[in-house]
Amino acid sequence: MGIGGGSDMYRQQILDHYKNPRNYGELDDVTFSHTGENPSCGDTITVDVRLEDDGETIDYVAFSGDGCAISQASASMLSERLQGMTLEELEAMDTDDITEMLGVDISPMRIKCAVLARQVAQDGAKLHEGEIDDLDVTKTED
Amino acid sequence: MEAPEQEPYPLDVEAVRADFPILQRKVGGDVTAPGEGEGDTKPLVYLDNAATSHTPDQVVDTIADYYRSYNSNVHRGIHQLSQEASTAYEHAHDRVAEFIGAEGREEVVFTKNTTEAENLVAYAWGLNELGPEDNVVLTEMEHHASLVTWQQIGKKTGADVRFIRVDDDGRLDMDHARDLVDDDTAMANVVHVSNTLGTVNPVAELADLVHDHDGLVFVDGAQSVPHMPVDVQAIDADFFAFSGHKMCGPTGIGVLYGKQHLLEEMQPYLYGGEMIRTVTYEDSEWEDLPWKFEAGTPVIAQGIALHAAIDYLEDLGMENVHAHEQLLAEYAYDRLTEYDDVNIYGPPGDDRAGLVAFNVDGVHAHDLSSILNDHGVAVRAGDHCTQPLHDKLDIAASARASFYVYNTREEIDELVEAVDDARQLFA
Repeated sequence: MGIGGGSDMYRQQILDHYKNPRNYGELDDVTFSHTGENPSCGDTITVDVRLEDDGETIDYVAFSGDGCAISQASASMLSERLQGMTLEELEAMDTDDITEMLGVDISPMRIKCAVLARQVAQDGAKLHEGEIDDLDVTKTED
Repeated sequence: MEAPEQEPYPLDVEAVRADFPILQRKVGGDVTAPGEGEGDTKPLVYLDNAATSHTPDQVVDTIADYYRSYNSNVHRGIHQLSQEASTAYEHAHDRVAEFIGAEGREEVVFTKNTTEAENLVAYAWGLNELGPEDNVVLTEMEHHASLVTWQQIGKKTGADVRFIRVDDDGRLDMDHARDLVDDDTAMANVVHVSNTLGTVNPVAELADLVHDHDGLVFVDGAQSVPHMPVDVQAIDADFFAFSGHKMCGPTGIGVLYGKQHLLEEMQPYLYGGEMIRTVTYEDSEWEDLPWKFEAGTPVIAQGIALHAAIDYLEDLGMENVHAHEQLLAEYAYDRLTEYDDVNIYGPPGDDRAGLVAFNVDGVHAHDLSSILNDHGVAVRAGDHCTQPLHDKLDIAASARASFYVYNTREEIDELVEAVDDARQLFA
């Protein structure tokens, strides 16, 4: 299929994660938490991450937010995917990893919806590790 | 549809469609290469006319003819091509003046678009005339073009910027308008037709109200001039603006109408060539209206093309254009309200301009727009440059279908079918 995306974007898996989001909510004993938004769409995502005692391995991820099916399903699937990964592995994730995880072609206009949760998690990790220190809310560029 | 007898179209839609080759293209494939490609299999249903309209062959040919046979800079050559281009460019101003009921070309300034026309007045008039004792009255349904502009001019000058309320039916609360407008109101900027709600505002009545308090009125006509007969003198607007690309013209051309005495009193907003009469190292004298406000090489091809676009629309007849869109808007409104979970914003179907903004319960507007795109249906999804109005409506975004001279009931049926598909997918 072409990269127009299309109805194929709304396969059962995406709709299922949108309608029944996994790990939705907030964590009590959170190691770090970060929020991001797509200003042009109104999508918002907060990602809560709890690390294991080694300070590197992701023990548990929860997310909350509001927005389109692509952004919310992507966050739901990412919350499952990240558990057991290291922060280094998280920071290495790129856009291809996300489209592969979603299992559908995302049209160019919707990519920023798909990658929002990953961007939020990565910025949260960087803030936690002190690699950046001046970011309040992640905003995807238009 | 069960209704066998349908009201005939006010326009010969088949003949109109033949003037717009782009309507024959198919979509649905690779979006990285412009133009129709192998993967494009679905007929285009173009319902995004409030964002930009398509351009008929007559206008495209006018642009091509300009570049092929008399392309030249204006007002600075004695040679024949420059004279031909200058004459055509000046006549375009006359044509616009006639089209909107202005006194003459002195009152018609060509700009890049409506937004630039707003900024021209905000900078050339607002920055010089406004102070902390003044207020500027806007409406809650203003487009960002005027809202952001006057908001920022308010910050620079200290003028109070206030907003006429929009009521639950999507109409201006005129009692509130009478409360807000007072003797300190220096300017009221009112959108003629809301690009989100489809409301047609009582701009003449508002102009009366503001003039009673010795204020000026700027009417944003971006969504009215393309779609209905407009007479700026009947409205008694002091300033009026619209864009060419929403009315069968090209991008890159907008119009600022201003009453001549006001434009004469105003200082230029842009300096440079074309707008001057004499220049010394010490000082400069400005050219006559409207050239005083058209610094640098102006929008020559676009201006001449706007002339052709106006000819095209007037051949159809603006009354017919308006009636055609009214028919489509009412049809779309009626069909979409068949669904309880479809929410339409703005006034009822028989009292609105040719656009319908809506949401489907449980479906984000961007998902809706993506699914409509799968059906070949092009609508706008987002906040339509009315973010504060969307905040007031308590929605992040909406989908908007907007109609023009070439749209049909069958295309609206396709829209409704696509909306139903989205409903079922997300049910």
